[in-house]
Amino acid sequence: MSEMATTTDILVDIQNLSVTFNAGKKPVRAVDGVNLRVTSGEVIALIGESGSGKSVTLRSILKLHPPRRTVMQGSINVAGRDVLQMSADELDAFRGNDVSMIFQEPLLALDPVYTVGDQIIEAILRHEKISRAQAKARALALFERVRIPSPERRLNAYPHEMSGGMRQRAMISLALASHPKLLLADEPTTALDATVQIQILLLLRELQRELGLSVIFVTHDIGAAVEVADRIAVMYAGRIVEEGPVRSIIRDPAHPYTKALLRSVAHGSFAKGTRLETIAGSPPDLANLPPGCSFADRCGEVTDQCREIDPKEVWLNKQHRARCIRLVPVN
Amino acid sequence: MLNITVDPSKVPAPIFERSPGYWENVAKRFTRDPVAIGAAVVILLLLFMALFGQWIAPMDAYKTSIMTRLKPIGFEGHPLGTDELGRDMLTRLIVGAKLSLFIGITPVIIAFIIGSVVGITAGFMGGWINSIIMRTIDVFYAFPSVLLAIALSGVLGAGITNSLISLTIVFIPPIARVAESVTTQIRSRDFVEAARASGANALTIVRVHVLGNVLGPIFVYSTSLIAVSMILASGLSFLGLGVKPPEPEWGLMLNTLRTAIYVQPWIAALPGVMIFITSIAFNMLSDSLRSAMEIKD
Amino acid sequence: MTDSKKSNDQGGPAQPLLSVKGLIKHFALQKDFIGRSTGVVRAVDDIDFDVRKGETLGVVGESGCGKSTTARLIMNLLDRNEGEIIFDGMSVGGNDLPLKSFRRQAQMVFQDSYASLNPRLTIEDSIAFSPQVHGVPKREAIERARDLLVRVGLEPRRFAERYPHELSGGQRQRINIARALALQPRLIVLDEAVSALDKSVEAQVLNLLLDLKEEFELTYVFISHDLNVVRYVSDRVMVMYLGQVVEIGDCETMFKTPRHPYTKALLSSIPSLDPDNRTEEPPLTGDPPNPINPPSGCRFHTRCVHVQPVCKEIMPKLIEQPDGQSVACLMFEPKSAYQHKSILLEPVL
Repeated sequence: MSEMATTTDILVDIQNLSVTFNAGKKPVRAVDGVNLRVTSGEVIALIGESGSGKSVTLRSILKLHPPRRTVMQGSINVAGRDVLQMSADELDAFRGNDVSMIFQEPLLALDPVYTVGDQIIEAILRHEKISRAQAKARALALFERVRIPSPERRLNAYPHEMSGGMRQRAMISLALASHPKLLLADEPTTALDATVQIQILLLLRELQRELGLSVIFVTHDIGAAVEVADRIAVMYAGRIVEEGPVRSIIRDPAHPYTKALLRSVAHGSFAKGTRLETIAGSPPDLANLPPGCSFADRCGEVTDQCREIDPKEVWLNKQHRARCIRLVPVN
Repeated sequence: MLNITVDPSKVPAPIFERSPGYWENVAKRFTRDPVAIGAAVVILLLLFMALFGQWIAPMDAYKTSIMTRLKPIGFEGHPLGTDELGRDMLTRLIVGAKLSLFIGITPVIIAFIIGSVVGITAGFMGGWINSIIMRTIDVFYAFPSVLLAIALSGVLGAGITNSLISLTIVFIPPIARVAESVTTQIRSRDFVEAARASGANALTIVRVHVLGNVLGPIFVYSTSLIAVSMILASGLSFLGLGVKPPEPEWGLMLNTLRTAIYVQPWIAALPGVMIFITSIAFNMLSDSLRSAMEIKD
Repeated sequence: MTDSKKSNDQGGPAQPLLSVKGLIKHFALQKDFIGRSTGVVRAVDDIDFDVRKGETLGVVGESGCGKSTTARLIMNLLDRNEGEIIFDGMSVGGNDLPLKSFRRQAQMVFQDSYASLNPRLTIEDSIAFSPQVHGVPKREAIERARDLLVRVGLEPRRFAERYPHELSGGQRQRINIARALALQPRLIVLDEAVSALDKSVEAQVLNLLLDLKEEFELTYVFISHDLNVVRYVSDRVMVMYLGQVVEIGDCETMFKTPRHPYTKALLSSIPSLDPDNRTEEPPLTGDPPNPINPPSGCRFHTRCVHVQPVCKEIMPKLIEQPDGQSVACLMFEPKSAYQHKSILLEPVL
């Protein structure tokens, strides 16, 4: 895709999103001016470490934060409607309908006292007026689509009776029950074994192809992101510091943080005995962000100006942007 | 020269050298809680009454007077009236704090010690030792506390010492259960495994690692039992199984003033008011302590 | 410190530091009301392996493979059902090496950095605990603790009297490492020690571990599910599946030419980090099976692409191959009943 997506293609348009939590002594700005667009049928991965704001951004799309302690600014347009302006009733209808979410730990998302089949059927019936028997047939079809073996038997299983990978598939099928256009995935494969993780990642790619599903995939694992995403957005201290097609990010990373992250992933290509490149220090305290670039203290390419100027986004080409004052925009 | 990976001076940390320990944090949170302070003040007053009652009380607690029986509140010379034998109520309430608090608090203290030892042992050793100990405890726990107290007192006989014994026995099972439960949770934590891996024996591990983490919750639970103990003790005295007359003790006073309820209802209620105030104060204290200890660490 | 290390050494460099033979650990499931158990989890089922002096042995495998149980069995935190554990030629728990002496020489670092530290003790007290258990006087133990804090990159002035909840995961894990070093051990078992850390912090801790290994002449058993990390740190690697060892050998050789079908599948599950070479087919379908009723014969036969009827009957032994790698697979057993399809005696690697 070399031209900018037309407005009809854009499914999610997040503009200038800021999320501040007021729970502790000082307000914490977990997300600071995030702009992100997801087109139909596209998978975008949000990568970052703890405290980067990736999960907070994701949960903002469904407005899942406790209303009293959270201040959200900006706009989140999903299929033309601004989530942040929705009333409580509109939110209820919106959640689980056009947009579904899957989590890291299925046991927390699935109700332990109902069979998985019952939960899916209930989810279907909540959004569609069909008979229970029809809903059950749909549930069976969903199980087959997510490649659960012996699906009729498994519909009657309880969550704790299933293995980890199976539960994750069940959770995905629950999320698909309402024919969503957008799937939000919060570290869905982090807790899974390697051989199971790759199966789930491939399943997500398959669903993207077959259903035209858009996915926002939050993870700290770059490898998983590369397997599944069309675009990658790297977050640090509440901001997107770099975003672009997956090839550009991996082959030509622009932001020092992205470069350092790619280098510090222990890779087989490292010679034994050489030291791993590290990023000195640790993630910043979001309640006490220093002026200027929040990565300055840990950056290998830092200059004095970095600590004074707040870096703006720089477009390196039509699809790849990064937030660093040392970058020169390419026209 | 050691090639240190991370320059220690770059590792972010504030400069001060000592940080407040867990208990200091608890004390800080506790003293910021107005309810806690209020309850503590009330309890201190009660303790003061208990310790120095006979010197601050206006009159003699045992001096009877046929002429001034059951005089109402505000009667001349008797601000809170007199009881059925003409004794000054204010004096008897003040002096009565000593026995009432003693019978209320002592069993809990002793049960705390015994129950903790039993529960922590059962929790730490696990296996069949745990089963034997806890199932025995369960037998006693199955009895409603009031019935158990009465039954034990009936067997042992009346009197202060016997009431103390029977109340202590009543409170050992619940404290032991809490102790066992908390210990079992701590025991499965990795730092206990690490201590085992360093070769420490069971006693050392319990002393250094377990006690510091379990005594707090057990203590908080025990303080919540003080109110119950006071009421049970008063109940025993009321039934004639505890303190014997003419000793001033609030529960006993409730008993002896029973018949006066039609003549002077306010006087008859006064000992109950003292019991009420004391149990509320201890309950609030226990609640505040529990909140102060729930530091997110 | 290195002098005492040399004096501890019994058998010289050729003798393995740790030798495990026939190790078995079964966990009984719930007993029914007459006391018969309803089943047995064969967590570790008859494994043998050696850990050589000065090496890092990586241990990999997925849920239910028994690697964490193995770690705890080696450390004697769990009682084994059967088998021998021999440390530098001496049987652990026997007359030559009573348990408490063994504990001085082998230590463990756990995955959860927070749960590994007593929340009520200061950092230096936590580190100083184990030396004191072995008779070191308190003042000296505290001094040793502070010295170790420097060695793991934490300034004692800033950290010694803090409490665990005030520190980050990476800092706590450094403290756990310092604690493991306090007894000057020869062997350290690291059970997913870096798994819970952010990638940038993980790299720092791995560098630290490698530095310490050199300085203190340590031997590591490094358990992890992250194959990239294992590849980076290990000299040799052991692959476990359902309580058994399926392959063990030199790290680079194994990663370049894995033999056992499970090892191959596991290694190809690693995401490629190359957008143009994405995985198209999952190397293994289904979930790792239950260790309660493992398949008969070769436990991997139910998911193996090279399976043959004989695989269901015979349990393969761990056989050393000409290049030094050991594999437990009938395809690599010279006289097994496995029918090789090609005229070559060994499958094409």
